[in-house]
Amino acid sequence: MTPAIEVRGLTVRFGSFTAVDGVTFDVARGEVFGLLGPNGSGKTTIIKALCGLVRPSGGGGAILGMDVLVETARIRQRIGYMSQKFGLYEDLTVRENIEFYAGVYGLRGARREERSAAVVDLTLIGPYMERRAGQLSGGWKQRLALACAVIHEPEVVFLDEPTAGIDPVARRALWDLVFDLAGRGVTFFVTTHYMDEAERCGRVGYIYNSRLLAVGPVDELRRLPGVSPEGSSRYEIVCADAARALRKARQFAYVREATIFGRAIHVLADAPADTLAADLSGAGFEPVRVSLAEPSLEDVFVTLTNQEIAKGARR
Amino acid sequence: MIARLSGLWPVARKEVLHLARDRGTVFFALLVPVLQLFIFGFALNTNVRQIRTVVYDQAPSQRTREFLRRFSNTDTFRLLGHVSSDDEMYAAVRKGEASAAIKIPYDFAERVLRGSGATVQLLVDGSDSTVSGAALNVFNAVVLVENQRLLAGSGSRPPIEARPAVLFNPSTRSPNFFIPGLVAVLVQIMVILLVALSVVRERERGTLEQLTMTPVRPLGMMIGKMIPYVMLGFLEVCWILPIMRWVFGVPIHGSVWVLLVLTIPLLLAVAGLGLLISTKAASQAEAFQLAMATMLPSIFLSGYIFPIDNMPRPFQIVSRILPTTYYIDVSRGVILRGAGFADLWWNGAVLTFMAVVLVLAAAIQFERRTR
Repeated sequence: MTPAIEVRGLTVRFGSFTAVDGVTFDVARGEVFGLLGPNGSGKTTIIKALCGLVRPSGGGGAILGMDVLVETARIRQRIGYMSQKFGLYEDLTVRENIEFYAGVYGLRGARREERSAAVVDLTLIGPYMERRAGQLSGGWKQRLALACAVIHEPEVVFLDEPTAGIDPVARRALWDLVFDLAGRGVTFFVTTHYMDEAERCGRVGYIYNSRLLAVGPVDELRRLPGVSPEGSSRYEIVCADAARALRKARQFAYVREATIFGRAIHVLADAPADTLAADLSGAGFEPVRVSLAEPSLEDVFVTLTNQEIAKGARR
Repeated sequence: MIARLSGLWPVARKEVLHLARDRGTVFFALLVPVLQLFIFGFALNTNVRQIRTVVYDQAPSQRTREFLRRFSNTDTFRLLGHVSSDDEMYAAVRKGEASAAIKIPYDFAERVLRGSGATVQLLVDGSDSTVSGAALNVFNAVVLVENQRLLAGSGSRPPIEARPAVLFNPSTRSPNFFIPGLVAVLVQIMVILLVALSVVRERERGTLEQLTMTPVRPLGMMIGKMIPYVMLGFLEVCWILPIMRWVFGVPIHGSVWVLLVLTIPLLLAVAGLGLLISTKAASQAEAFQLAMATMLPSIFLSGYIFPIDNMPRPFQIVSRILPTTYYIDVSRGVILRGAGFADLWWNGAVLTFMAVVLVLAAAIQFERRTR
């Protein structure tokens, strides 16, 4: 079976600025793929190129086996899109917005009724049907946007930072909806700059400065050789006065990275746990408990970003 | 072709819903032009009457008083009073107290009596050419008639007597001339503005971004957007025409149906212009300015106020590419001259052609911009 999304060496330049630089990856059908990266790293441009709104300067891609450069019209019929900015009509009611999108996707008669009922069921927006979209809360707006984005039963759905600016409860509810649909075989391509959202995704790509630095399942990314270099290990340290201990730990020659994580310190060091414990105890941070730790996704991306910056400095 | 129109009906229906929600816009669309019609309908008048005039009569007598009465009997001159020197006479005109001055020399009565060529002088303020033109015409006419009268007294008849007749609008009332054109100008600005703003608003609010990811095609989007506003413009015309007929008393000599049928291509053409503006404008403020920029040429170069034949060649060409020019021809044709479809269909054809070109250009421009 062809992948839901294929991206091959995709490059987009706006004048002298390269927004997307030779990006290649696949998204399998039914997968929830997360593209993580800071603002302005090129996430939205990748979506726009795949939907035929931005012409690639090089490379290309396919959605459901259809070339994004050639079959734009057919692709639009089979994809859904939801942006970070609410893209629906605030002066129209929820029902009118849903009906408008049903019309835009050419749904008619019984099929239209059936699909409208299905998206209302899915998003539980029924009680608000006659309310103006502008009067909904942020979370309900996003649910309405999702309802409109999937009214035509798309096989691939693009969510561009779908949870920007909504509260944690609404955020979780939206993700539950995404997994509900993914369970029915819908492929999701989600961009985000939240680590915890990226960790929910089956596979994650990390884009920084227009380049895709890593792509794979979350646990595979954690084991990337670049993340924990040969001879070094990651530790979690619990000790008294973590803030001052952090400053101390950074002075040790064998510590590569150190950061506070909750009430603990996460350290990447070229030394055994005992050395680290002894040195911190010696500095007066008793009692010290040092244990081996899995790198978090954040650790992975911070390390990759630092390596990229260092590479850029050497260039 | 059908595929290119994708999204037309849903967009048109949605736009009607926006209008139904937006009372302010509907109010603006239906009432403001009527207010403007009242303001401009009464204000615009080129029939010159009651020009303020001072008289410098160097030797008042029975004869000169009689002669001056001939001027005050016309509706054109209003004699304010007498001055007693050349300086005073010039000062009155310079200060704007009077727009004209009549000077009768001291030997006027005597020379008329002797038949040895009396003179009478008219000074006229040329800063308003309409006023000075009317003053000159009427002054010459009065003197001519007086000459005829004096010559007739000596027994001979003038060899040629002029008997002009004005066809159509025989009373040469200004409202009859201006109001049919004003209808076109008012409806045009409303449609251009509403269409342009409706597209730019979607771009500003981000709803356009969502739409561009759907199967809606630029042409379907453009035509869907213009339909509700063309209907609103049509309603507007239907509502202004009775006001023109019964409030301003402009008789409609031709068929109202011909006028209404030929209104549709005008509305399509100006809606197309609005769409083209919307593809160029980045913000609502810019769209507003661009829409207003189309107004001045539409008013001054369309023949609405100044005759096109009097314009320099380049401006005549500009007037030929303005939709308003063709519609003003239609509305004056039907309303004042009683022209029918056979006389005017050509204007409708030109407007339809303009509409097609403008809408296609807007769709192409729109696609280029979103890409």
